[in-house]
Amino acid sequence: MQQRENAKNPKQALQVRQSSLSAWQIGARTAGPKTVHLKSAQKHEKEKQQSASEQAGSSTQNHLEQALTYFERVKDYIPLRKNEVLQKHLATVESIALQRGLSPEGLNVLLNVALSGHLADTVNSRILKCLIPASVIAESSVVSAVSWLCVGKCSGSTQLLFLRWLIAMFDFIDHKEKLHALYGFFFCSLQDEKLGMQPHLQALLSLYKLFCPELVSITLPAKMKVRNGLILPACSTDTNNPARSKEINHVDILSHSESFPVEQLHTFSQLLQNIHRLEFPSQMGSVLRNSLLLHYINCVKDESIYLRLYYWMGQTLQEECTWYKLDNQQYEEEFKDFLDIVYKTECFLQEGFSSCEEFLYKSLPLWDGFCCRSQILRLVSWIPLSSFSEMKPHLCEPLAQLFFTSSLYFKVIQVLLSFCLTLLCILKLMSCVNVVCFSDCCSRNTTLSGLLNSVAELIHFVGWISTVALRLENNATFLMYFILDFYETVCDVYLKYNLPLLVMPPPGVFYPALLSMDSVSLNQLCYIMYRYRTNLVAAKENELIKKTILQFKFSSQTYQEYNQYIMAMVGCLWTSSAFQKDIHPQGIRLDPEVLKKTRVQEVRSSFNIVHHPALMGYAILFLQQAWPEDKTLNFNLIKGRRWNWYLEYLYMQGLQGLKLFIESSINRVSQPCYILILTSP
Amino acid sequence: MDTPDSGGKTPLGRKTAETGINFTSSTRFSRGLTFIRTHTLFGQSPTRRIIPQTSLLQENADSQKIAFLLRKQWTLYSVTPMYKFSYDNLKEYSRLLSAFVATEKQKGLAVEVGNDLGIKVTLSTFLGLKGTDQDQIAILVQIASRSQLPFENAEDKVVWSGWFCCISGDDLLESVPEDFTCLSLFLANGAESYTAIVGSWFQKTFDCYFSRLTISPLNLAWMAAMWTGCKVDSHIAATELVFSVPCIPQSLDISYAIHPEDAKALWDTVQKTPGEVTQEEVNLFMDCLYSHFHRHFKIHLSATRLVKVSTSIASAHCDGNIKILHSKHLIGVLMLLTELAISQIQ
Repeated sequence: MQQRENAKNPKQALQVRQSSLSAWQIGARTAGPKTVHLKSAQKHEKEKQQSASEQAGSSTQNHLEQALTYFERVKDYIPLRKNEVLQKHLATVESIALQRGLSPEGLNVLLNVALSGHLADTVNSRILKCLIPASVIAESSVVSAVSWLCVGKCSGSTQLLFLRWLIAMFDFIDHKEKLHALYGFFFCSLQDEKLGMQPHLQALLSLYKLFCPELVSITLPAKMKVRNGLILPACSTDTNNPARSKEINHVDILSHSESFPVEQLHTFSQLLQNIHRLEFPSQMGSVLRNSLLLHYINCVKDESIYLRLYYWMGQTLQEECTWYKLDNQQYEEEFKDFLDIVYKTECFLQEGFSSCEEFLYKSLPLWDGFCCRSQILRLVSWIPLSSFSEMKPHLCEPLAQLFFTSSLYFKVIQVLLSFCLTLLCILKLMSCVNVVCFSDCCSRNTTLSGLLNSVAELIHFVGWISTVALRLENNATFLMYFILDFYETVCDVYLKYNLPLLVMPPPGVFYPALLSMDSVSLNQLCYIMYRYRTNLVAAKENELIKKTILQFKFSSQTYQEYNQYIMAMVGCLWTSSAFQKDIHPQGIRLDPEVLKKTRVQEVRSSFNIVHHPALMGYAILFLQQAWPEDKTLNFNLIKGRRWNWYLEYLYMQGLQGLKLFIESSINRVSQPCYILILTSP
Repeated sequence: MDTPDSGGKTPLGRKTAETGINFTSSTRFSRGLTFIRTHTLFGQSPTRRIIPQTSLLQENADSQKIAFLLRKQWTLYSVTPMYKFSYDNLKEYSRLLSAFVATEKQKGLAVEVGNDLGIKVTLSTFLGLKGTDQDQIAILVQIASRSQLPFENAEDKVVWSGWFCCISGDDLLESVPEDFTCLSLFLANGAESYTAIVGSWFQKTFDCYFSRLTISPLNLAWMAAMWTGCKVDSHIAATELVFSVPCIPQSLDISYAIHPEDAKALWDTVQKTPGEVTQEEVNLFMDCLYSHFHRHFKIHLSATRLVKVSTSIASAHCDGNIKILHSKHLIGVLMLLTELAISQIQ
């Protein structure tokens, strides 16, 4: 029993021996000339064996010796049928091998006879199957066995069984140096149809290939995938499809060069050197993890590549989508990883996949807004720009639904998302406008304006959801901050991206920001209005000097909208004429009669820079510093020269947006001051 | 990123001619996919279906093979177009697939004890199984285990079968380049482990994708209506609808069987144009059945989930299992299933 265990694990066997043999013997065994000491160690082993089971052992040992001698002497073909001697010896060897395993010498004898072709195939097969080592297998036995294969005396099935035995017993071979030299022989046998198809051999080779890829030039099939799942296919060339191998051969003949298997592609320079003879992987999905191949497909014009990728990705996304599954916990991480890979690939290629776009269109209406959130939102940003009428039902409406039914935090995220989306659209448009030359642009006028309209509509859409969200959340400052952040980008599109696009914020955003309790929001709004002005002025100048590249103009309505806002702002903050000067239809203009009824004193000045609820704190601090002895907090003291001091004080407190706004929009040289409104050119 | 093939244009924009945005020529990953988008309704099913009048099999159909398909439980799969599949190489494919199946089955056995598994895989064409002439030829895959009996002519035993077909799949076919073979519907009968092995071989070799094709309650209702309306001369069976009520701990099934003649009579009063079925008619037909059931049992079947439909023509389960009973209506049934398979892969 102990022997059987030893046979299973050579290391264990060694330990057992170490305890029974003296230390110098072991040292000599591993360091000195191998075969001699191995045999001596083996003899010790045998002695130990015999002493352990003296009586029963001696008789079976004799039988085994006899059997081995019999097999050693076989020099000619011996049939199995009616050969009782052979059958008896065979049975002895089998039973002893199964009980305690065989010695290296025994294995040597049996291997020789099994591969010599002197015995019938059934006998060979039985012998090979019982070649269980008690300790180790001598390397010399394996080498001589391989030489038997070269002679070709034994049948294919016996050769095959031997190879399987070899792979299974590989760890039991005492030394492998000489065996390594024989790998050429094993590679050759791969060409053999019958031997080559063996998974065991191929498994061995792929392991070898892992360490010495330059030595294994044969392409091995990729690891097999039974379950459809999120295992990306391995990057390998197909050896299975005759239709494709034929095609490759054909190319070979023409170009006099071999195709270059993708498994060997590791560096960019390799890609450049072999780009003319690169084989595609058998499963296109595998390119997702291989940036070199992504470079390659980027410059290959072959529709089938995209179609293969399209179908594979579309199905994978659909099949693995977590919110279609009942117990989604265990798959969510996998799915997240996959979405990340898809997203990274899209960034790498600078283009969205249409299969991914379709997946989002299909599945967003069913999304809970939580599962794989950051992955999904990032992928949304890669949806190719198309007409708003197409985007709206598939993309904007499902997102808006989620937006209105979720927490404040999520709304912020959503605004950010829309922001990203718009920004991306803008960037794409920008690259488009820059590259498409002028004449081209004229002929495609409709197309470009269509794109611009889509972006404008998207911005209007964000304006709309922002309005609703601010109302639902009671103008929460945090939300307002992100919304205004969005408009900081929107207001600068003309100058920053050179696009004739200017969309004003809706009144539902503008007025809550203007009348906000928070100075950060007000300051942000001032900055935004200043940038709108700068953009409009630049556009106007460009149009006047005909420098404009594009044939687009801002409509006079844009200027009008801007002017309405600016008048309301200056009326509130500067001229103390809030509720009077506002001419916006949705503005805060109120009838003087109504105002009177409120009985609020000094209604008209209640939103100027002194009394504005967002700035009143500064006014108090200013008063306290300027007149520390005056405890009455008389705001009316801030006028004339002091008004200017107060303004400087505000600027020093970091309200730079306010500064830029006041300096650009109000002419303070003459009295009374003027609001600098803009006329359309 | 600069692309040499974009001819100075950007990788921006895409498809959809109808909206005036037309940068199609410069896209890569959306290139050539315009057609797909125009046909895609994002998973919605059509509101009108035609019942094929010439639903007879083509003349060259092998009646023995056809009979083999009938009265067996098939599990449905959708398959994306196969890349570089060639009908000329079926023998070679058979050989490779045999080796692959044997390899997969022996995986994990170091020195295999006992005989070879004796497995043989055959791929063969299935002539005559077409809806239109453009349809690609159906393919039958069979795994047989070699007889262990000692006689010379002992027949191999088929342990697993599967077949690919695409009946009236013109829409898909027109949109796919020549390198691809559209056999979008796959039906398997036998151990699932074999289905997995065969499926993974096809996926590896032809870069296609197999997905289970389940049938929604809506489509089951369509089947119930369409099949009820078909004329059958022999082997008349009751029309049976199975509904599932989600209960805890075990779900409750309600089986609703109707005499086929009664069902047909009801359908005839509902259907307006012969040879054509609309969503409205299907809804009306089901509503009639529901109200009848409610009158007797006071159960609203519309609140439950339709999971199975059996008629004299065929039976279908929502899990994606089907049994076809009549060769006369084989093409019609397969046409509907092909349509569902194509809508799943697009």
